[in-house]
Amino acid sequence: MSDAPATPTRVNLSELSTMFQAVPYAKFLGVQLELKGDELTAILPFKDDLIGNPMLPALHGGVVGALMELTAVAQIFLAQGGKKIPKVIDISIDYLRSGRPIDTYARAHVTKLGRRIANVRVEAWQFDRADPIAALHGHFLLKSDEAEAETN
Amino acid sequence: MRDDTPLWQRMATAGAMMIQGTPQARALGMRVVSITEARAVVEVDWREDLVGDPETGVIASGVVTTLLDNTCGVAAFAALSEPMSTATLDLRIDYMRPAKKGATIRAEAHCYRMTKTVAFVRAFAFDGADETDPVAAAQAAFMMGTSGRMGKNRRPPK
Repeated sequence: MSDAPATPTRVNLSELSTMFQAVPYAKFLGVQLELKGDELTAILPFKDDLIGNPMLPALHGGVVGALMELTAVAQIFLAQGGKKIPKVIDISIDYLRSGRPIDTYARAHVTKLGRRIANVRVEAWQFDRADPIAALHGHFLLKSDEAEAETN
Repeated sequence: MRDDTPLWQRMATAGAMMIQGTPQARALGMRVVSITEARAVVEVDWREDLVGDPETGVIASGVVTTLLDNTCGVAAFAALSEPMSTATLDLRIDYMRPAKKGATIRAEAHCYRMTKTVAFVRAFAFDGADETDPVAAAQAAFMMGTSGRMGKNRRPPK
């Protein structure tokens, strides 16, 4: 059928990085992306000003949440074949253990990529991927040209 | 000598210290507006390096997440009679609309219920005076009295 959705064009790491580097806040946090095949990992190298609790010390919960949110956005961008930056509607974060003062990693899984909404799950870990420090479940509004035309 | 002043009053006096002692809050330029019993109001200004969408210049949702998380934590603390270590259990945020470019974001949190072990907190974020038009809403739960010993995270995990 002619109106079948086209196979998403493959986005390479440089396109993804270009999109990401244009986001000042991603730079503020220092988030980096690594793409192997279709597997995307976001890396948050540790730096002192990411600390939320200096006693333990532990990463700020908001920072861990923001890392997972950015990972979700990048994963949707990849799944869509690179369009506009999706907009977050809601997120729900489970904090599983305190983030230590070391590098943090995150990977996202797009549970459903609809026409207007994407459902995404993300996990963040440090030492052991099987022992995540936090998990996120969120809904994102896709800003495809179609969806935009619809709202106008 | 025992200090009988309620914790929230001591926190309100300490005000700026609540932020100065938190590196990420300081990096975002957060300001405590007020601390009262079980309530906290904290602000963050729009800044070029905190933008999340370069096309619109809107502040990143991650900044709002961190502001809400932080303000909820302060509100939970302001509901205690004595300081104790806490841990965030979960945080749910609804983003109703993008904040206006250039606007200061103000988070208002209320710890509406404190049990022996859990603090339940609700918060809203605003980018103006209109209380009927929030940017985001949050619901958080904190474990109270966790065994967060000083320097715990400096040691490798078991």
